[in-house]
Amino acid sequence: MDLDLSAAEPFRVEVRQWLRAHVPATPLPSLETAEGFAAHRAWERELHAARLSVVSWPEEYGGRNATPLEWLVFEEEYYAAGAPGRVSQNGVTLLAPTLFRYGTPEQLARVLPPMASGAEIWAQAWSEPGAGSDLASLRATATRTDGGWLLNGQKTWSSRAAFADRGFGPFRSDPEADRHRGLTYLMFPLDAEGVTRRPIGRLDGKPAFAELFFDDVFVPDQDVVGAPGEGWRVAMTTTGNERGLTLRSPGRFMAAADRLVELWRERGDPADTAMRDRVADVWIRARAYRLKGFETISRTDDIGAESSVNKVFWSELDVALHETALDLLGPDGELAGEWLEGYVFSLAGPIYAGTNEIQRDVIAERVLGLPRAGR
Amino acid sequence: MRFILDAEQRLFAETLDKLLAEAATAAVAREWAAGGHEPGLALWRSLAGAGVLALAVPESAGGAGPLPVELVTAFHELGRHGVPGPYVETAAAAVMLGRLPESSPATAWLPAIADGTLVASLALPPAVPYALDADVAGLVLSVDGEELRVAGHGEARVSLDPARRLFSVTAGEVITSGAAAAEAYDMGALVCAAQLVGVGRRLLEVSVDHARTRRQFGRPIGEFQAVRHHLADALVGLEYARPLVYGAALSYGTPGFAADVSAAKASAAESAYTAARIALQVHGAIGYTDEYDPSLLIRKARALHTAWGSPAAHRARVMSALV
Repeated sequence: MDLDLSAAEPFRVEVRQWLRAHVPATPLPSLETAEGFAAHRAWERELHAARLSVVSWPEEYGGRNATPLEWLVFEEEYYAAGAPGRVSQNGVTLLAPTLFRYGTPEQLARVLPPMASGAEIWAQAWSEPGAGSDLASLRATATRTDGGWLLNGQKTWSSRAAFADRGFGPFRSDPEADRHRGLTYLMFPLDAEGVTRRPIGRLDGKPAFAELFFDDVFVPDQDVVGAPGEGWRVAMTTTGNERGLTLRSPGRFMAAADRLVELWRERGDPADTAMRDRVADVWIRARAYRLKGFETISRTDDIGAESSVNKVFWSELDVALHETALDLLGPDGELAGEWLEGYVFSLAGPIYAGTNEIQRDVIAERVLGLPRAGR
Repeated sequence: MRFILDAEQRLFAETLDKLLAEAATAAVAREWAAGGHEPGLALWRSLAGAGVLALAVPESAGGAGPLPVELVTAFHELGRHGVPGPYVETAAAAVMLGRLPESSPATAWLPAIADGTLVASLALPPAVPYALDADVAGLVLSVDGEELRVAGHGEARVSLDPARRLFSVTAGEVITSGAAAAEAYDMGALVCAAQLVGVGRRLLEVSVDHARTRRQFGRPIGEFQAVRHHLADALVGLEYARPLVYGAALSYGTPGFAADVSAAKASAAESAYTAARIALQVHGAIGYTDEYDPSLLIRKARALHTAWGSPAAHRARVMSALV
């Protein structure tokens, strides 16, 4: 057993130097605005030119075959440098791993390069008004037509969909089949004929997500991921990634926790030992998440349902971290700024990617081996 | 980088688990609590035979250590099985004695600690004011600043954990004034943290078993979300305490060791105590009884929560290192 990170040290140095020279001196506008979205897309292009947008991907798709350790190191450096949020994240961390597993060579060659460069930004379109935690009850349909499928119905809470280019998600293709079967996983353009998108303001009013209406939207066969009818299984690959390390890397929380310590140094009252205790607590939790990440990539078995343990931990850590920062800021805590934006973002964590209540059920049944519950 | 136990370390843990499972440790702990030390001392010698105590003693003095990763692996199992006795204190004392110059007469105790013939205890005030099981120990030490003394002891104090018998110490003859007291404290806190994670793990295991078999309203209580979610939370806490403990073990000998140990001890104490509260709640009244064996661990989790430094004290130490 060791924690020898030296194998990734040359890569760390390269990334650090590049970021030092390129990270914008002033933060970009919020990526949940039209202006900020465009600025973040341009930043993705810049990262891509340095082959730093998708380091763990194969070279042919714009990556550099980085090892899992190098990826963790990249993330540490990236967030420590205060680099911009990743507007392409939903495509890179949710759709791409699904394509690597189920996609055809043609799909990989067509979809991945523009995803890597930020030329195409992807939005996840899963939830529906009647299908949130109970995703398998989804009702938006994909109906067979000549050379492809016609989509009808509604998706909602689709992150980034207000400004993104394309979407992906499961649709019901066989209404007669069992609810976990008869789903088909599809990719579609958000500017296609028949798609209506209505941005939704989140808690701070920014249009961070959208609802989507489908009216006979044509999708060709080549945009089906996996086999028709296998959409549930394909989707579950995505949730594993979403709940595991890739969506919320340790580097992100370690950097935020270090910034919180910095905030304590600048603004904290040394006599306020209760606040000092809270700062220490979240810093320790960020360190735990970092070390757990090293443990996870050291394993050779699939972490499977244990990704739900991760999801509960990081989403609660993120809220606690930002709550502590706002409390430290005192009367300034409610004022617009980076900490407040982070706080608003963190509040969604225990809800998206499967609510933490769903995660706890998954942990109970599939990790602890408790009996299946009627809920 | 490979931050999981290697095959040999896993085998070591499995060997100890098997040895302790066969030793009926709950009965040993109850007898220990009642003043019957012989079964506990026999187990001490078995564990020494398996190499546990030698892990804290340097090779030059007949040991194999200090090997912090193997130590925390062993203490995790000691915690899981609720083994009574001053193991933490002996390991901390051994690491401290091992740092003395070889010419120091105090190093003469080390070979006997390594082979299990000498049981040691230790008080390190203010964080560790009492010497655990001082009446059983062949060597009781107390440290004041860097002044190491052989100590006498007073009457036993009653702990919430009946297997923890705590003694006030009376300072005796000075052995040296250059003791590595800080290192003893850090090593004690580290292995105590490992022990706590083990205690929490076992409490989760027995609580899951109970929730699968105990039926109310015509079904296993593990089908009820309120119960399931408690148990899931216990797991989440313990899963993140463990890497902190191993991370600290790997930083032994580096400047970051003390802060890493403190992060580990704070997290282990909180997550083991949470697991204990959940275990008590999931078991209901049976978990509140003296006679139910897992209640020994429920009590131990609370006792160890503040032993070797409270979580708040350890978090304060983490912050001192950061700012």
